[in-house]
Amino acid sequence: MKQDLYTYILGIADNNLILGQRLGELCGHGPSLETDIACTNISLDLLGQVRSYYQYAAQLNERLTSEDQIAFMRTEREYLNVLLVEQPNTNFAYTIARQFLYDIFHKLFIQNLQNSTDQTLVAIANKAIKEVSYHQRFSSDWIVRLGDGTDESHEKIQTAIDDLWTYTNELFQLTPNDEQMIKAGKGVNTALFKDTYYAQINSILNEATLATPQSKWFQKGGKEGIHTEHMGYILSDLQYMQRTYPNMEW
Amino acid sequence: MTPKEPHIAPELYAILAKVSDPEIPVLSIMDMGVVRSAIIDENNYVTVQITPTYSGCPAMDVIGDDIKSALAAAGYSATVELVLSPAWTTDWITKEGRKALKKYGIAPPLTAEADKDVLLHGKRLVPCPQCKSTHTVLVSQFGSTACKALFKCLDCKEPFDYFKCLK
Repeated sequence: MKQDLYTYILGIADNNLILGQRLGELCGHGPSLETDIACTNISLDLLGQVRSYYQYAAQLNERLTSEDQIAFMRTEREYLNVLLVEQPNTNFAYTIARQFLYDIFHKLFIQNLQNSTDQTLVAIANKAIKEVSYHQRFSSDWIVRLGDGTDESHEKIQTAIDDLWTYTNELFQLTPNDEQMIKAGKGVNTALFKDTYYAQINSILNEATLATPQSKWFQKGGKEGIHTEHMGYILSDLQYMQRTYPNMEW
Repeated sequence: MTPKEPHIAPELYAILAKVSDPEIPVLSIMDMGVVRSAIIDENNYVTVQITPTYSGCPAMDVIGDDIKSALAAAGYSATVELVLSPAWTTDWITKEGRKALKKYGIAPPLTAEADKDVLLHGKRLVPCPQCKSTHTVLVSQFGSTACKALFKCLDCKEPFDYFKCLK
């Protein structure tokens, strides 16, 4: 049971870690000072939540017994994040589209995690919900600004939404371990808010004068540790210091 | 959730009140509301519980260290624990804290409703801490730290930070 909970926590937290790492790449490279600061602030919130999750997970695992070990000392196949969050910052439209498609899910997920029977997860969720609501406002605002902006911004954000759409369904994929955790009352049954997710996305895309993609063909694999070609590059950046100077600390 | 009143041993209050937030040096951690309890056991050992404003607040580690050294200077050994629940809200900033923020040039948080009107609907409700005009606009939802948004005053033209309302 300990191992199952450990795996379940990684399934939540790895999304935050990898998305936080992607947003962190924009530090000093954002398209404007304000968006640069916004993306890195969101990254900071996500990494703060990751620390709480990993500190909890570290108490449940025998091999990786600290938050840093969990963050830095796993191989690619051991990361359980969805494919969406590892997609690159191709341009600002992609960064915003990725954030938007994740934030809507993240808020619904955290709202439901507040009803878990696991009190540590509830405490983390109660803290995170305020931050995640703010992220969702930011990314939704930008979807509308870009979609309902100039011809060029409209085209770019539509392309990004169309391209990333194929990664949305995986957010709702339930692994056998997920199902076990749902039965135990600790996990979140994402199937319950899948329709709400797509309805909320649709409503904001409408407001932004954007078309909701109709494609029903979806990618998956991340939740089982099978990642896209980008993941190795992310990890080589993320893990560089710990691999080069094992056990180093700030 | 009803936040319970922090439990602070009276003899520790003055010591802890001298510790400030490293990112907002005018604001004592007591006025900030991040200290949730401070107790002394029979061996004169102190346990302090603090709660983060935001999950990723980088100031928490420094605040923990500063608490330990302030207590050590007063002759106490101490452990500092981080607690997440109940989650911090801007309501826990005291009146004195709000005054200190304003004096420092940071607009203190409005009520949750007003905050929404300002951040979502662009209403002009946040008074400029320099000239008090509410003729102000939001420049960015995220400011110099996670807990602040960036504004500018259209009258005195000064940019300023607004401490976001967190409920």
